[in-house]
Amino acid sequence: MLEAYPQNRLARILLWSFAALVMAFLMLPTLVVVPLSFSASNLLEFPPQAYSLRWYENFFGSATWMAALRTSLILGTLTALIAVPFALLACISMNRLGGKTAAAIQSVLLTPSITPGILLAIGLFFVLAAQHLIGTLFGVLVGHVVLAVPVACIVLLPALARFDWNQVQAARSLGANWARSIGGIIVPQLRISLLSATLMAFLTSLDESVISIFIASGRNSTMPKLMFLSLRDQIDPTIAAISTLWTVIVVAVVLIVTLRQKS
Amino acid sequence: MIVVRDPALAADARRERRFFLSLSLPALFIVGLAAILPILWIIRQSFLTTGGEYTVGNYQKVLSSGLTWSALVTTLELSLGTLAGCIVLGTPLALALASVRPRLANVLMAFVMLPLWTSILVRTYGWLVLLRRDGLINAALTGSGLTAEPLPLVYNFTGTLIGMVHYMLPLFLLPVYAAMRDIDPNLIRAAASMGATLRQVIRTVIMPLSAGGVFSGSIIVLIYAIGFFITPAVLGGGKVNPLSTRIERTLSTFQDWGSASVLGILLLVLMALIGVMLLAARRLVAQNTVEASHA
Repeated sequence: MLEAYPQNRLARILLWSFAALVMAFLMLPTLVVVPLSFSASNLLEFPPQAYSLRWYENFFGSATWMAALRTSLILGTLTALIAVPFALLACISMNRLGGKTAAAIQSVLLTPSITPGILLAIGLFFVLAAQHLIGTLFGVLVGHVVLAVPVACIVLLPALARFDWNQVQAARSLGANWARSIGGIIVPQLRISLLSATLMAFLTSLDESVISIFIASGRNSTMPKLMFLSLRDQIDPTIAAISTLWTVIVVAVVLIVTLRQKS
Repeated sequence: MIVVRDPALAADARRERRFFLSLSLPALFIVGLAAILPILWIIRQSFLTTGGEYTVGNYQKVLSSGLTWSALVTTLELSLGTLAGCIVLGTPLALALASVRPRLANVLMAFVMLPLWTSILVRTYGWLVLLRRDGLINAALTGSGLTAEPLPLVYNFTGTLIGMVHYMLPLFLLPVYAAMRDIDPNLIRAAASMGATLRQVIRTVIMPLSAGGVFSGSIIVLIYAIGFFITPAVLGGGKVNPLSTRIERTLSTFQDWGSASVLGILLLVLMALIGVMLLAARRLVAQNTVEASHA
């Protein structure tokens, strides 16, 4: 864009040094955690004097962390299994209705994602408390589904826009009912987008922390909730090991999604 | 658009429309159950005593407390500070990324987006490790002799702000980068051929044409920043208390549901105010952009 200004070399060098610094700022906190997780020492020393896997052993040997990991994985799976079908139906509806109706539906579905998490969390806390459902998996699940639906919609809406609706009409005119048209035509053709949407919904739940902090408790504590509590209390390298594993999982999921979409 | 005149067909079309509308119901139901009902419940709770009777006492109590007003000020300071940080750090980075070939820019963008895909707790932990008294940054500063004493970088306002800017920067960058990518390079070539200096091009071509992107980015930053909870709760070390952490403390420590709800409503009002101001500002920006392109 700035190639019309070859004479301003100094300005360009300054711009790029600044940009490099900002990019370092962005990546540093994620990357610094990795070497620490392999440290042999109790202290957070950098670079570590000796390396070991003891913090990973600590994590996998801890009943509390394993329970939280299990809860998070179950919650993520359930969230994806509920949010993606809901999102697919809503996207078909928006795609067919079009115009103001579709825009209205979309803005309602997006409301939860722009509402501060803390408000959703305490509101949900009150509602669940009235039904004696605090600390249950159900309460957190509802909160995660509502956050995952818009995420899945963002993946599915453009995919549906590319879908040729005449195929459904052909199927309908040949006597297929709606369930069959959706299950037999739309789902197989959108399978890649549906897989992406599923992974993204799973990730949304896995990553959600504020609702979990307020609603999940005891046996149903999620990984983010437990991490939050241990960050407040003490910060030993076990958290570094967990953080590294967590980041690897997330980056792997994102890579699968992006590579799949390209192919 | 096909105009249907046959009444039977029209009825059919209406039925089909109703059917498509009904497909949205499960998703809308869950939003109603898990987002709209909870917000309404906060409003209701704010008028209830612990015994469940109606009162305005919660409002009197919260609004007359100095803690509330300092929380409000902290919320605004953190939000505006985050916005300033994002503009200062993000705009030049977006310009640099927009000025290279798309392939290279895509690779660099993937790195920029890495933190977006890292859990907020992982990033907060990373910052704790970096910013602590005996952390990496202080070790580098004292080791190189730049400072004699370690600087207090975390468990205070500075640390919270660093964490929040870090969280919001990729989200700010996306619309700004997109707007700058969309600038027609011919405009810049034309300006250069007419003798505009780089400074003039930035001021009269790039800045007005990317104002829309900066604006969208700013909206995103402000909307997220006023409700931020995890970062102030951990990196603030109990000393930085915006509305969000005050809500949590009022609810968890003091079990005062009414006051927590009033604080929640303050947060909602603040969001609405910012929304209205931003809409008004957007009109101004749009006008100026039109004027600039006609000038």
